[in-house]
Amino acid sequence: MLDSRPSDYMLNVEGLTVSFDGFKAVDDLSFYVDEEEIRVIIGPNGAGKTTVLDLICGRTRASAGQVWFRDQELTRLKEHEIVRTGVGRKFQNPTIYEDLTVFENLEISYPSGRTVFGALGFKKTRAVIDRIEEIAETIFLADCLHHVSGALSHGQKQWLEIGMLLIQDPALLMLDEPVAGMSPSERIRTAELLQTITRGRSVLVIEHDMAFVENIAHRVTVLHQGRILAEGSMDKIKSDPRVVEVYLGH
Amino acid sequence: MFEGYSWAELGSIFAMQGFAGLSLFSVLVLMALGLAIIFGQMGVINMAHGEFMILGAYVTYLCSNFFAENLPALFSGYFLIAMLLAFLASASLGALVEWGLIRHLYKRPLDTLLATWGLSLILQQVYRSVFGAREVGVTLPDWLMGSFAVTDMIEIPINGVFVMFLTLGITAGVWLWNFRSSWGTQMRAVVQNRVMAGAVGIDTERIDRLTFAIGCGIAGIAGSAFTMIGSTGPTSGQLYIVDTFLVVVFGGAQSLLGTIFSAFAISQSQSTMEFFLSGSMAKVLTLLTVVTILMIRPQGLMSLRVRA
Amino acid sequence: MSSPTSRAFATRGEILAFATLAVLLLAVLPASMEIFRLNLFGKYLTYAFVAIGLVLCWGYGGILSLGQGVFFGLGGYCLAMFLKLEASDPEATKIQSTPGIPDFMDWNQLTELPWFWVPFESLGFALVAVVLVPTLFAGLIAFAMFKRRVGGVYFAIITQSIAAILTILIIGQQGLTGGVNGITDLRTLKGWDIRTDEAKLVLYYVNAFLLLGALVFCHWVLGTKFGRILVAMRTREDRVRFSGYDVASFKIFVFCLAAALSAIGGAMFTLQVGFMSPSFVGIVPSIEMVIFAAVGGRLSLLGAVYGTLLVNWAKTTFSETMPELWLLAMGGLFIAVVLFFPNGLAGLWQSFRQPLMHAIRRHAPAGSVVADAAPEGGTR
Repeated sequence: MLDSRPSDYMLNVEGLTVSFDGFKAVDDLSFYVDEEEIRVIIGPNGAGKTTVLDLICGRTRASAGQVWFRDQELTRLKEHEIVRTGVGRKFQNPTIYEDLTVFENLEISYPSGRTVFGALGFKKTRAVIDRIEEIAETIFLADCLHHVSGALSHGQKQWLEIGMLLIQDPALLMLDEPVAGMSPSERIRTAELLQTITRGRSVLVIEHDMAFVENIAHRVTVLHQGRILAEGSMDKIKSDPRVVEVYLGH
Repeated sequence: MFEGYSWAELGSIFAMQGFAGLSLFSVLVLMALGLAIIFGQMGVINMAHGEFMILGAYVTYLCSNFFAENLPALFSGYFLIAMLLAFLASASLGALVEWGLIRHLYKRPLDTLLATWGLSLILQQVYRSVFGAREVGVTLPDWLMGSFAVTDMIEIPINGVFVMFLTLGITAGVWLWNFRSSWGTQMRAVVQNRVMAGAVGIDTERIDRLTFAIGCGIAGIAGSAFTMIGSTGPTSGQLYIVDTFLVVVFGGAQSLLGTIFSAFAISQSQSTMEFFLSGSMAKVLTLLTVVTILMIRPQGLMSLRVRA
Repeated sequence: MSSPTSRAFATRGEILAFATLAVLLLAVLPASMEIFRLNLFGKYLTYAFVAIGLVLCWGYGGILSLGQGVFFGLGGYCLAMFLKLEASDPEATKIQSTPGIPDFMDWNQLTELPWFWVPFESLGFALVAVVLVPTLFAGLIAFAMFKRRVGGVYFAIITQSIAAILTILIIGQQGLTGGVNGITDLRTLKGWDIRTDEAKLVLYYVNAFLLLGALVFCHWVLGTKFGRILVAMRTREDRVRFSGYDVASFKIFVFCLAAALSAIGGAMFTLQVGFMSPSFVGIVPSIEMVIFAAVGGRLSLLGAVYGTLLVNWAKTTFSETMPELWLLAMGGLFIAVVLFFPNGLAGLWQSFRQPLMHAIRRHAPAGSVVADAAPEGGTR
């Protein structure tokens, strides 16, 4: 097993494996993500895409393998510790605090006052408020800052969750199907949104919408049955006969 | 606490207390089976479960009186009929409660705790009004009285052995029903994925109601068994509810074998310690051990690893 | 705090509601009833500490504890031990075979004070213990459970089991604890007779001020980011983790806070009622304390106080005249609150007041109305 950072990539996933009741959902997976790279993971249902994100962010514990994020090995850390190293995660279904307002959602996500006493003593300074308003502007929700977020449309909830990640200013952003359930016009705005917010950070995206993937991906990793089937640029992937067979051919 | 006893005496004491604990074991297993079925199926903890048991005990008491007065010739067989009636009475009440109360609360397990607690208060008061505040006892038929003398020190109570075999039979029945009948398969399907089960044509509401009714019915049978180890009063059921919860949680909520094993461990350790310590300290030590183990291993003794 | 987006410490409505309660507790009740009744209400108000603790940890944090009686009882016992020792000086107990120890120990053939009683001869130690013992105990339970992510129904059952165990233990260890009767016959606090009418009035006011102080403190806690994280945790625990918070430590804190409040209530109970017994520790009192909070409204601190007063007043009134009906009514109350009024009295008040406020604010911008309604928006 490796005890130190194995390469200069921002994210090194080495031999990652997890099994549930003997079934290997992710099997000896290795891949590497550069600084400021947008990587899209595609693959048929059950390929293990979401599980990979779960493993990186600590939601699921790996049976074997390591995840190096810069100088930190993540598989031994707890979820909140992983977040604090600079990894942000968006879930497949919009996961926001529906009882709270948009403002409060963003305030909770603001990366300070994260301990019990920090939260008790947290002050909404001008800087905090400005930052929240700035993010709300970016995610097209400036007008509904004080609406209860449960009342937002599905697409707006997706944006809000992206905004909640953004305000954490993570170095690695992981997005699970960010345009699922969106209207065509919302998709276009989301693609623009991703273009702006991905500047200066690495992004790992799971997506089914091929037009969207072509639009944003620097490189694509194709997963199949918990293993990597192919990796490379979108053009290369599209012409790979194995990929066509298991996935694009449908 | 063992000073002053020879090894032979200790062996006999353990054996005696072990057999004496069989009735408690049976009551706990039957109570826990019902509770575990309901909890596993619906994630609902039925705080009135003890009162369903007591309903069974009162039915057994009524049967005993009825046969003694009207059909003394058949008295020796009343216990079996009483158990059947106890099951039916508790199951019917269970179905009614599921329909009137539980089904409105499926997404709110904590609220269900409170509502079923309210139900238990109401049932206790009803029992008090109907049967009086004083505890009532049941006359056992002759063939259940007495004990075998195995050695000159060890005696085994017949009713304890009878109830234990009955319990094992019912447990086996529940296992068959759960894993071999189409009904059981449907029930497990609902547990795994309620929406999908509904989509493939399983009537989930009916399954819920029947499951709840059967869980309560088994508590009714536990009530019949209970009449052999204690007298029945309006609040007798409440004394058993914590023990039963702990049996279920300790065994691992999804595991039938775990339930039996933990009921055995809890009833036996309590029964054995009672000989050496006061009853209350035996109980404290038993429960404290279980709670401590649960704090270290909250998933219980037996559990599956499931995809998050 | 002047920006439009930051909420003031309290809105005008909140201040008004708080002032109303303060006037009720400090002026209306003392003026309108003789000392016996007032003492009774003082006793109810000690339960209100438990109820507001439950608003924090159950209503906001989603952690249902069915063992709050444990902390109420421990707090009460800590003070009762001090008072009992003061009442058991050698002069007053000279007819015992061992003078100078509490009477129940003498009856149980104890000849010296057990070691854990000794430090309770100091009032300072007892006062610290009142808060610290229950809080640390709560912390231990919460640490074990929440670090392993046990919550919901399991947590409720474990806390209930602990309530049962502690009750059996106290009853079983008669010589050490006073058994089922509890620690009774408490007389003086540092020489000040707590049984006189005058002392009862003073203690009532101390209790009322402490309660009002606790309300202000809890209101402040809920107004901070901590309060919003509690609400967030209740619905989306995972998301809170992935916003970088250690969920367990927040749960531990709020559970300890609720325990500390209960303990203060317990100590005030001992002072005002003059004894403490296991009948305030076990399963039944613990779950009744939950219903106080539920009736008042699990999301409303002030509601919890009114709920406690109302349920206890009803209990005293009905159980004197028709005890059979009272159990039925209590059972019905549990079911009705859960099925029909999940937000209790506060929820009813809200739905009554809302149309009124809408009429008043018709011309106000829509956004502000939505924001004001938000804290009450969580229904569970």
